[in-house]
Amino acid sequence: MEGRQSAWRIYRESLPILVVSLAGGIFAGSVLGSEGMTEGFERFPGMLLLLPAFLATRGNVYGALGARISSGLHQGMIDPEFSWDRRLVNAVAASFINGIGVSVFIAVLSWGILQVLGRESARLIELISIMVVSGVFTSTTLIFGLLTLVFASYEYGLDPDNLIGPIVTTLGDFFGVVFLFIALTVAEVIF
Amino acid sequence: MAAADADDALDTWTISHIVGTMFPILIGLSMLEMGSGYVLEKLQATYLGNPTLLVLVPVMIGMGGNLGAILSSRLSTRLHLGVLEFDVRDEVLWTNVLAILGLAATVFSALGVAAWVVGQLIAEPMALSELLLISISSGMSLAVIAIGLSLAATYVSYTRGLDPDDTTIPVVTNLCDILGVVVLSGVAIVVLN
Repeated sequence: MEGRQSAWRIYRESLPILVVSLAGGIFAGSVLGSEGMTEGFERFPGMLLLLPAFLATRGNVYGALGARISSGLHQGMIDPEFSWDRRLVNAVAASFINGIGVSVFIAVLSWGILQVLGRESARLIELISIMVVSGVFTSTTLIFGLLTLVFASYEYGLDPDNLIGPIVTTLGDFFGVVFLFIALTVAEVIF
Repeated sequence: MAAADADDALDTWTISHIVGTMFPILIGLSMLEMGSGYVLEKLQATYLGNPTLLVLVPVMIGMGGNLGAILSSRLSTRLHLGVLEFDVRDEVLWTNVLAILGLAATVFSALGVAAWVVGQLIAEPMALSELLLISISSGMSLAVIAIGLSLAATYVSYTRGLDPDDTTIPVVTNLCDILGVVVLSGVAIVVLN
């Protein structure tokens, strides 16, 4: 009986975070399932191949930034405000390089895989442009959104360590697919 | 000494250090993620013919990792406290597993219903029973995989003396992310045919 009660306690403690993540995921899924998006996937073969990498690597890039900023705050190495502090600028610049670099990499990788398999593929320039446009917008929004929320929570006396995971997942799901949608729409007009 | 410490601390905050440690990991993960991308691409006709299935994709990519992370960090805390036992009679272990299964049942039932509503509104509608069946069977399979991987990874950290927070939790969450789409696609094929 005791075991069942503590299972219930773990359930209650963990459910709210999962519900937030679920809501973000359902929103992202709704954008993915929308007509504009599926038309883009048909128009640019290779987008479905790179989609999981696009969705999953963001958590690693911005989760790492969040963890670093949080440790920096706890250790008093950075201040909880936007400034030209050397460490803060470096951390932000490195996240941009990582985020946009990996976006370009998955575009090239996806194109290369389709070439090797001899399957139909969008042009390399098309895939790279879509990934760079969505990568730049996603990085900018996620980095500044994450920092704003982490600084604010720290000032309010909350431990950012507990909030970074859900913040990154939710912001990432929300803005990642929205900017992907915009990038696909722009690409359809240009190419 | 204090000055040297400050320099050391600044070294890990240089752009080249952060990119140098992080980028190779990102490259490796992207290559692994192409595995689930390949499954999506291969089943393009199924997914684009039933766009409501795409509604399930982001949650299937993220939720396995979330469940794995919750269980792994709970096991890892017990490991750090020195009270973790790998024994089938250990009640706390079963309590954690039960809680994870309960969370998965709740989340993936809600996902099935939500995907059905979204399908009615914006994508091509699919039957509620089909979506619930796909969402719950793939979600529960993923939860069982997440539990298995978390236990295995914590056991490896335990026997090798590694800190699970740095090593096994990232491995578990990323593997669950990759397997999410694979499990979803397998289940969807079986249910739809």
